[in-house]
Amino acid sequence: MCLAVPGKIVEISDDGMVRMAKLDFGGIQKQVCLAYLPDAVVGDYAIVHVGFAISRIDEASAQETLRHFRELGLLEEELGEIPDDEYAPPPPCPVTYQ
Amino acid sequence: MKYLTEFRDGAIAQKLAAEIRQMTTRHWAIMEVCGGQTHSIMRNGIDQLLPSEIELIHGPGCPVCVTPLEMIDKALAIAALPNVIFCSFGDMLRVPGSDRDLFRVKSEGGDVRVVYSPLDAVQLAVQHPTKQVVFFGIGFETTAPANAMAVHLAKKQGLTNFSMLVSHVLVPPAIDAIMRSPTNRVQAFLAAGHVNSVMGFWQYPPLASQHRVPIVITGFEPLDVLEGIRRCVRQLEAGEHEVENAYERVVTFDGNRAAQALLEEVFAESDRAWRGIGVIPRSGWKLSDAYADYDAENRFDVSDIHTHESPECRSGEVLQGAIKPTDCPAFGKQCTPRTPFGATMVSSEGACAAYFNYGRVVQLERVRVRVHA
Ligand code: SF4
Repeated sequence: MCLAVPGKIVEISDDGMVRMAKLDFGGIQKQVCLAYLPDAVVGDYAIVHVGFAISRIDEASAQETLRHFRELGLLEEELGEIPDDEYAPPPPCPVTYQ
Repeated sequence: MKYLTEFRDGAIAQKLAAEIRQMTTRHWAIMEVCGGQTHSIMRNGIDQLLPSEIELIHGPGCPVCVTPLEMIDKALAIAALPNVIFCSFGDMLRVPGSDRDLFRVKSEGGDVRVVYSPLDAVQLAVQHPTKQVVFFGIGFETTAPANAMAVHLAKKQGLTNFSMLVSHVLVPPAIDAIMRSPTNRVQAFLAAGHVNSVMGFWQYPPLASQHRVPIVITGFEPLDVLEGIRRCVRQLEAGEHEVENAYERVVTFDGNRAAQALLEEVFAESDRAWRGIGVIPRSGWKLSDAYADYDAENRFDVSDIHTHESPECRSGEVLQGAIKPTDCPAFGKQCTPRTPFGATMVSSEGACAAYFNYGRVVQLERVRVRVHA
């Protein structure tokens, strides 16, 4: 329960109740509550625990952690789903930070 | 092959381990607070890389393990009621109560459901207005913001059929209690990175200076854990006792202020019993007065619970670092992950399960390496 998986924000929505987002975790997409990262935007990476984004993380660290979790079979353990073999990571963010 | 030799960055791991070996002049006992770290240490064989003077002690940081038996029994009683949908994270289902577990209640016809997020439980309450939906709200500061939001949203929507059985525990009072124990052997802490991603680490400097103990905020990947150990050893050898952040890519000093604000609104500090340890003052959260209507303990009468702990299980001593899982006579014999006596064997993050699942693999690996050498 302690591990928190990093995912990429691919879509943000607000149902009037709470800010939600769709996040991509190495091929698995899940709805995540974004209430605790009020200024996160599409393309950001966040650490997610029990369906809540709790902290931002940079893309390189996120990709590295995801790859590692996948190797160890932890993605399945944490998300309850197995990413399919065909999966390719989403294209890198077109915006470059300098 | 994922163990010992195959860290993603083996070269860096070896370099860190070499540095630790070089620095170490005597025995040091370091506690990793979080079960996720124990898991990482055992899975990756980090303990095998360290010099024999460094002793890793497994801390109480497994939410599933430390949830008191009384709470499990209350959960079982509520889950067995007709007209109740009882929701929980998957790893709670096999935690033994006094005479059964949630899985058993489910197989006997109770409506027990595994959810990925507490918001899923709120959703179920919306979908099933004629049922009472109860969520088992356990965990440390990492999980608490999610549970706080679930109750907050239920109240905002005026749901009268949602409630939470709350059993939250907090890390800083646990560190304090461990250091105050007359039998304490812990000399430094690897703090639990994801707890700190929510809470920051502004609560830690007074703890470090009062108990003269180094505290290093540490992540969960093998290199994170090794780096945390390296920093602890460096401080110990230098006689320092500072708080250091070795998980900067996720943790800031302030933590997540938005989450802390809602936590303060929804929860209030309370004394908490920790399974196998006993009551630690002000070591947990309960629902605040404003949210008392959503407290499952107020909604259902579960006051008349009699608990019965397995007399063989020594998980209390394991959780406090007094014994290693393998010191327990039942370990690996009567007690295995398939037939667990105590919570530390049930949860995959529990110290007993981590020893059971990975201890052997590490040993096999060593034999294999020797054969090929
Ligand atoms: S091995 Fe089993 S019986 Fe022994 S302390 Fe661990 S959980 Fe309890």
